[in-house]
Amino acid sequence: MRLMNSKPSRAMRLTLNLLPFAILLVIYTLASDARLLENPSDKLLPAWSSFADAIERMAFTPSKRTGEYLLWVDSLASLQRLLLAVGISALIGLILGVVNGMLPVMRATFSPLVTAISLIPPMAILPVLFIVFGLGELSKVMLIIIGICPILIRDLQQRTQSLPVEQLLKAQTLGANSWQIMIRVVLPQILPPLISAVRLTLGSAWLFLIAGEAIAATEGLGYRIFLIRRYLAMDVILPYVLWIALLAFVMDTLLRLLSAKAFPWYHGKRGQE
Amino acid sequence: MDNPIIEIKQVWKEYGDQVVLEKLNLSVQAGEFISIVGASGCGKTTLLNMLLGTESPSRGALLMGGEPLPAEPSESRGIVFQKYSVFPHLNALENVMLGGEFAASALFGRAFGKQRKKLQENALEMLQAVGLSDAAQRYPSELSGGMQQRLAIAQALIKQPRILLLDEPFGALDPGIRKDMHSLIRELWKKRGLTVFMITHDLSEGFSLGSRVWVLDKPRIDPQQPERYGAQIVYDIGLNAEQKIPESIQNLLDKTAQEKTV
Repeated sequence: MRLMNSKPSRAMRLTLNLLPFAILLVIYTLASDARLLENPSDKLLPAWSSFADAIERMAFTPSKRTGEYLLWVDSLASLQRLLLAVGISALIGLILGVVNGMLPVMRATFSPLVTAISLIPPMAILPVLFIVFGLGELSKVMLIIIGICPILIRDLQQRTQSLPVEQLLKAQTLGANSWQIMIRVVLPQILPPLISAVRLTLGSAWLFLIAGEAIAATEGLGYRIFLIRRYLAMDVILPYVLWIALLAFVMDTLLRLLSAKAFPWYHGKRGQE
Repeated sequence: MDNPIIEIKQVWKEYGDQVVLEKLNLSVQAGEFISIVGASGCGKTTLLNMLLGTESPSRGALLMGGEPLPAEPSESRGIVFQKYSVFPHLNALENVMLGGEFAASALFGRAFGKQRKKLQENALEMLQAVGLSDAAQRYPSELSGGMQQRLAIAQALIKQPRILLLDEPFGALDPGIRKDMHSLIRELWKKRGLTVFMITHDLSEGFSLGSRVWVLDKPRIDPQQPERYGAQIVYDIGLNAEQKIPESIQNLLDKTAQEKTV
């Protein structure tokens, strides 16, 4: 049988799914052991026990200096910034995307501006944000918004414009005005694309979050990683990175499930489309 | 004779130098079923779009009940396209209710309470009339092509439009389904006294379904400048016993009928 036609069984697929992870773990363990054998105080590839100690220290022991559980404080601070920024961006993206996509007058006014803003690398204006909004929460949230909002607006504008024109004409023959078409025909159909657009931009949102925190913050996952980098504390950095990946994965999964649950018509058989 | 519901007076449609339609002079009585046939690219859709209101004539006037047609789509003209006529995010019942809900609330586009119940009843009746009463709770993506078109027809008819425009409504359907749709639309037309304009590719469909056929074609062609002359209604054929179908058309019809049986 040709390779392209051979499909793995369920058990086989699961095994294959896990295989690369297992190999990576084995390689790490071997490399770590080898280095530690040569130099027991090596910091680059810590042993599993060091990770366990570090996690215990960061997550389950109050900090000696502040009495806080650092991992949770950092996570809370970062998630707050991230969710606030992503929520605001999604709202702006939805409104401007739909309005720009539906109304030629608005599109003519705002579309070039959005395109121009989206071409500015957000990191390049980070200093401007710090100067304008100060070093507090606002500048970090603004960085994420500036980073992902134009992408969301442009994507949703395109999605709105690619709704079949027949639908919009049909709605007009049913007596709808522009506002009614927006809230009853366009908006509900743009919500599923909004969720998938947010899922795609979550990666960038994390990037901007960590960049912002690395430069000016007093707590946060990005802040912690960049702080302890000075001590080459790989035993803390790597668990933090995995924790961030886990958080990102959970968010992505929740959004996917939400979309499937809330918009069955979008995920079912697409029929004529 | 009653006043015509639609009058097309000396209508020309041009895009820059290109003449698409010329010298259209037609009048239509309420209750007529007009099939518009012609080669592709001869302006059938342009004519329908002018009736719908998405395009306006370059010269001449289009009147409905003696008044100029509104220059954008309105409730007075219902439409069914070949596809994408129904809303994928609403189930069949909600699709049919939507027209009433728009009228119920300008701000929310939704109806509540008693009003909603009434709309629901009407919509269910309409679904029954098009043979979709079992599929009321299903989304369009769960309906077959023919069922989607039935839904689109129900959705348009519930607003009781003065004219119903059909843009190749059965073009994407299998022959068997198409036959069912023909009997459905014929029945609806007769029972409800609709005025219908239908574009079709299928000559035999055009001649078997309606009460009148318009054949669009270019009677004059300038080989050096093909865009110089537009299409006209070259034949306006009433489908009752008295009027004979022109021989050239009859030949064409026979030919397509033969091709179908082969």
